[in-house]
Amino acid sequence: MKKYEIKLDRRSFMKNSAMLGLASIAPGVFFQELAYGRPLDEPASSKIRWGMLIDTNQCTEDCNACVTACDDEHGIEDFGRPATDTQWIRKMNLTDELSGKSHSLPMMCQHCENPPCVDVCPTGASFKRDDGIVLVNKHTCIGCRYCMMACPYKARSFVHENLENQVPHSPRGKGCVESCNLCVHKIDNGDNNTACAEACQKDGHQAILFGDLNDPQSDISKQLHKYGGKEVRGDLGLNTAVRYRGI
Amino acid sequence: MSLIRYKSIDLDKKVILPIIIIFTMLAMALYAFVTLEHEGHWMTGMNNQVVWGLPHVFAIFLIVAASGVLNIASISSVFDISIYKPLSRLSGLLAIGLLIGGLMVLVLDLGRPDRLVVAMTTFNFKSIFAWNILLYTGFLFTVVIYLWMMFEGRYNKYVTKVGMFAYAWRIILTTGTGSIFGFLVAKEAYDSAMLAPLFIAMSLLFGTAIFIKALYFLRVSFDLQTGEIIYKRLKKLLTYFILAVFYFTILFHITNLYATTHHDYEFFLLFSGNIYTYLFWVGNILVGTFIPLYLITSKKFFGCWNILLLASSLIIIGGFIHLYVIIVSGQAFPLDIFPGYIESSTFGDGVIATYTPSIYEIMLGFGGVAIASAVFILGILSLEFIPESLEDEQIQSK
Repeated sequence: MKKYEIKLDRRSFMKNSAMLGLASIAPGVFFQELAYGRPLDEPASSKIRWGMLIDTNQCTEDCNACVTACDDEHGIEDFGRPATDTQWIRKMNLTDELSGKSHSLPMMCQHCENPPCVDVCPTGASFKRDDGIVLVNKHTCIGCRYCMMACPYKARSFVHENLENQVPHSPRGKGCVESCNLCVHKIDNGDNNTACAEACQKDGHQAILFGDLNDPQSDISKQLHKYGGKEVRGDLGLNTAVRYRGI
Repeated sequence: MSLIRYKSIDLDKKVILPIIIIFTMLAMALYAFVTLEHEGHWMTGMNNQVVWGLPHVFAIFLIVAASGVLNIASISSVFDISIYKPLSRLSGLLAIGLLIGGLMVLVLDLGRPDRLVVAMTTFNFKSIFAWNILLYTGFLFTVVIYLWMMFEGRYNKYVTKVGMFAYAWRIILTTGTGSIFGFLVAKEAYDSAMLAPLFIAMSLLFGTAIFIKALYFLRVSFDLQTGEIIYKRLKKLLTYFILAVFYFTILFHITNLYATTHHDYEFFLLFSGNIYTYLFWVGNILVGTFIPLYLITSKKFFGCWNILLLASSLIIIGGFIHLYVIIVSGQAFPLDIFPGYIESSTFGDGVIATYTPSIYEIMLGFGGVAIASAVFILGILSLEFIPESLEDEQIQSK
């Protein structure tokens, strides 16, 4: 058996220790930088505006991956009562009345710059974060449903049922209104992607692109610049953060 | 100038039956509330498409009527028509009762009624709903002061000023209630400035009809003598207000029909033959407008309080249906998210939503009526709200 002789003088011990120390700190320093994660006590920045570009040409009618991923991510249960069951994201099928051309696309909260739900909420529970994400404060929502009346996209659901087995990162509550939160927990953790976009990418459709609309170098900004993106009900002047291609 | 004499009533067998009915209704409403609180709103007929249902129809009806019933007092103190003066106290009492009843239904139907304190302390002033919370509580406060001025002889001189303030307040209140719907730009059925004046006219009509019913109750149960003058006046008021509501209803639909974007909804409501079409034409136009109009203007029935009561009851039923049609049909009609496309989804896109009120909503709604009645009965039992007489010679000499 071969014997290894370890030569450990003071100089090499110091050198190796320093290298080991650097190697253990580096991921924390560099990966943090790469992920753009921010400390929890730091507020969201208005320098960023999170948004989505949905390419309806890539979206197929038979695929429901984004909906399933959203339900799994946020612990949304099916109670077998479609009229009252919560849907944060839904697949819509469209047929052009004139040409008969069909489209399939995911519809969810459009994270408007001027959200009607925020305007009408009596307690201010519906609010918009500085980075453009429209959220519901589950502590001050009184469950009046006025925001649901005001939303032009029917993007909100009222929790009609008792909830069990909730996921810790996405607290929900009976009697409150809720909607897509752009996977805000993933953004705050630095993942910078949403469950629906990840699922769509995984399924090879690439129909949902998530990113920072304010960063000209982001993929979403480049694609929007190149191909454009339609705002749903653009006539209402809400300046939505979710844009669509192909319709 | 002779003084108007008022009286209270004694707790005798005449009020026992109404009290038993009221308590039964309240117990049923409490049961409905506790059940919904415990189980969740899936037990109601409401869903993610029709988010405001029967409880909201009850609540808005009662709140709007609360504003309108105070009109009787306003005519006396603001427009200085002294014939109505003996009725002012009752008018104020009914206003308080109806408002509390309406607010109770509204609050108990919230998803989180336990957060009432949040609603009362955290305001988003861009929301018309938040303004309405202030308008409703302010109205309650104003009417209490108004009644105080009426009851306390030393302060009678302030009745006109407080009455004017209350008059302005209630016009703004009804405008605010109508604007809850008028400000919803995304929904084709609403989004109309006509809803505010329509709600003002509705409030005057519903309030007067409820006042007549209350007066009839006092007439039959407590021998309140009424002459021809008061009968004629109330009948005339009712006629004007029916015509006003009818006028604004026509105007609302004609202005909608002018805009192409609203054609689909108007066709859906007025001509497509669904439940709302029948409710509108039969419930609102026939039962709530034409039949009562015929009953109160026909010379054949002149002087008959029973017919006036029947007309008032039909107005209340028709008015309730009118509100139901506005509130529910506007939500049942599908949102046009992608104009120019036929839409479908698992979330009711592109299809007319169904809504069938559950028994719990009915019980909760009638709980509001019970609260309003309880306040009224409690008021006339404890304080002198009822004029001794409404005979012609009595009210003319005031």
